[in-house]
Amino acid sequence: MSADIPIALLPVLGAALVPLIRGRSRALLLLTLPLATFVWLLLLPHGEFARIELLGQTLTLMRVDRLSLLFGYVFVLALFLTAIYALHVEDATQHVAALVYGGAALGAVFAGDLLTLFVWWEVTAVSSVLLIWSRRTERAYRAGMRYVVIQLGSGMLLLAGAVLHVNAGGSLVFGRIGLESAGGALMLLAFGIKCAFPLLHNWLQDAYPEATETGTVVLSAFTTKLGIYALARGFPGTEMLVWIGAAMTAFPIFYAVIENDLRRVLAYSMNNQLGFMVVGIGLGTEMALNGAVAHAFADILFKMLLFMSMGAVLLRTGTVNGTDLGGLYKSMPWTTGFCIVGAASISAFPLFSGFVTKSMVMSAAADEGYVFTWLVLLFASAGVFHHAGIKIPYFAFFAHDSGIRCREAPPHMLVAMALAAILCVGIGSFPSILYSLLPFPVDYAPYTGTHVLDQLQLLVFSALAFSWLVRSGIYPPELRSVNLDFDWIYRRLGLELARASARVLSAWLLTGGDAARSLCNRSLTALRRHHGPESTLARTWPTGSMALWVMILLLAYLLFYYL
Amino acid sequence: MRNDKRYWLDDPRNVTKLYRAVWAIGAGLVLAELFVRRHEELAFAGWFAFYAIFGFAACVALVLAAKEILRRLVKRPEDYYER
Repeated sequence: MSADIPIALLPVLGAALVPLIRGRSRALLLLTLPLATFVWLLLLPHGEFARIELLGQTLTLMRVDRLSLLFGYVFVLALFLTAIYALHVEDATQHVAALVYGGAALGAVFAGDLLTLFVWWEVTAVSSVLLIWSRRTERAYRAGMRYVVIQLGSGMLLLAGAVLHVNAGGSLVFGRIGLESAGGALMLLAFGIKCAFPLLHNWLQDAYPEATETGTVVLSAFTTKLGIYALARGFPGTEMLVWIGAAMTAFPIFYAVIENDLRRVLAYSMNNQLGFMVVGIGLGTEMALNGAVAHAFADILFKMLLFMSMGAVLLRTGTVNGTDLGGLYKSMPWTTGFCIVGAASISAFPLFSGFVTKSMVMSAAADEGYVFTWLVLLFASAGVFHHAGIKIPYFAFFAHDSGIRCREAPPHMLVAMALAAILCVGIGSFPSILYSLLPFPVDYAPYTGTHVLDQLQLLVFSALAFSWLVRSGIYPPELRSVNLDFDWIYRRLGLELARASARVLSAWLLTGGDAARSLCNRSLTALRRHHGPESTLARTWPTGSMALWVMILLLAYLLFYYL
Repeated sequence: MRNDKRYWLDDPRNVTKLYRAVWAIGAGLVLAELFVRRHEELAFAGWFAFYAIFGFAACVALVLAAKEILRRLVKRPEDYYER
């Protein structure tokens, strides 16, 4: 019975109450909604529910299985943690947006058909952009506009793909899609935008760092992981994804090294972590798929933790630029500690969450004989420690003392960070709990002597490389700059092309203006002759002549009838 | 909010101590290979100190490539898109 109503409706409709109440009761509502949703989640039976017949197709609003439940749990967890983290925010828009956005992501995860998926897909796009616009700066407005156009575009591709897929004899059921039909290719593209495939990735680094300090935390949890879920559902074992994923793990880390905005560094490292998941989905074996979705689960938590620590820094100091920060461990010791836990988790230190999830994907790659891919992933593992594991805490909290002395993050933010940190360490130290939730039975032991030693060597020597480069002065200093990425194509080249074509058009209108004007005049004269006040068509006719004409027509009709 | 307390890390000598300690840990980890029986999925990963050398070399290569190649290609003034 509990599955006959889409679970997403609880947070989405509950959000409507938020603007009506204030203060403690609002805080209570914000915390209760995710908890109630979580209880509902625990009561869900497996199977397909809430079926609707529409236009000859069956829509399944609730499909509950191990894969959808896993993402359901972590999405609700994310909603709860972000609610705690954002308790100080007065602006009701942000709370409503977060609840609708998280709820829509939940709806999409439980959607059993492509049409339901499409509807929730678009709701996530529209609700999430509010978290960017809530920053209320011109920059955020523009970045949000670019973001929402791309997100809605992804939805349009999904819809077009679904229609083609159904027309080609496929069904509307959202199961394994594959690349056999043109519709499948379009849907892969739609999912690829959300997963931030190379060249489709730029919305992520462009928009996430422009959101509010709490908004970025919310954004980091849902959109990209919804993409990963859809990919795991629709395209497991698609070999192309192995190469795409490997490219995703490698190229963003070069950008991360030279980026100054630390939240943008995290956005690049997010892109890199998504690459590991995409590789796992591409490999398609049970262990690889388990690894991909387990890593998505772990990634949501440690990435939120890292964005939370940077959000706290932004709230207290007003900046997250590496050039302006440093020495904050003196003012924000707790935030520093939590940030380091997040950094250790993303870097896959033993006893932290990344260690027990990422390694499944790497082992699967080695097992399947993808040696080159495995080497790229190993390079990316060293690189992620370098840019996210060390660079983020180092430039924000250590490095040279910037002289900034601020207050520690507010208590509710510390509570949210502490809970996320406990989950990161909990997953890393007791992986069997997460493993028992995965779609396939797990036959993998992360804590072998070999694996622990290998990983520690890799990480410690990456750290040594970093400290050696910094101490010898080779490490590139943080610089205030914009680094061109693929968005240059539409933000600069596209703009220049539009301007150039406008120039050409106006020049043509100037030279050819006379011709155009006489053409206009001639057509206007003709129009006036037929339709103007003195024209035949505009003249008033006496009723008698109308009756006469009707009679003539009827007689003609009679005549033709007898002929 | 004045905070003039001297912290342990404020002294460069302590930072050097920390740096040397990390090298010592690294050396210990490489030596530990002699005592741990390793089972590698890929044969070359079993070479002595493979992960240590790979980790160090990968990070140096990453930073040099990002600094010397990528930054030269893509770095623009901060207001590039606002102009």
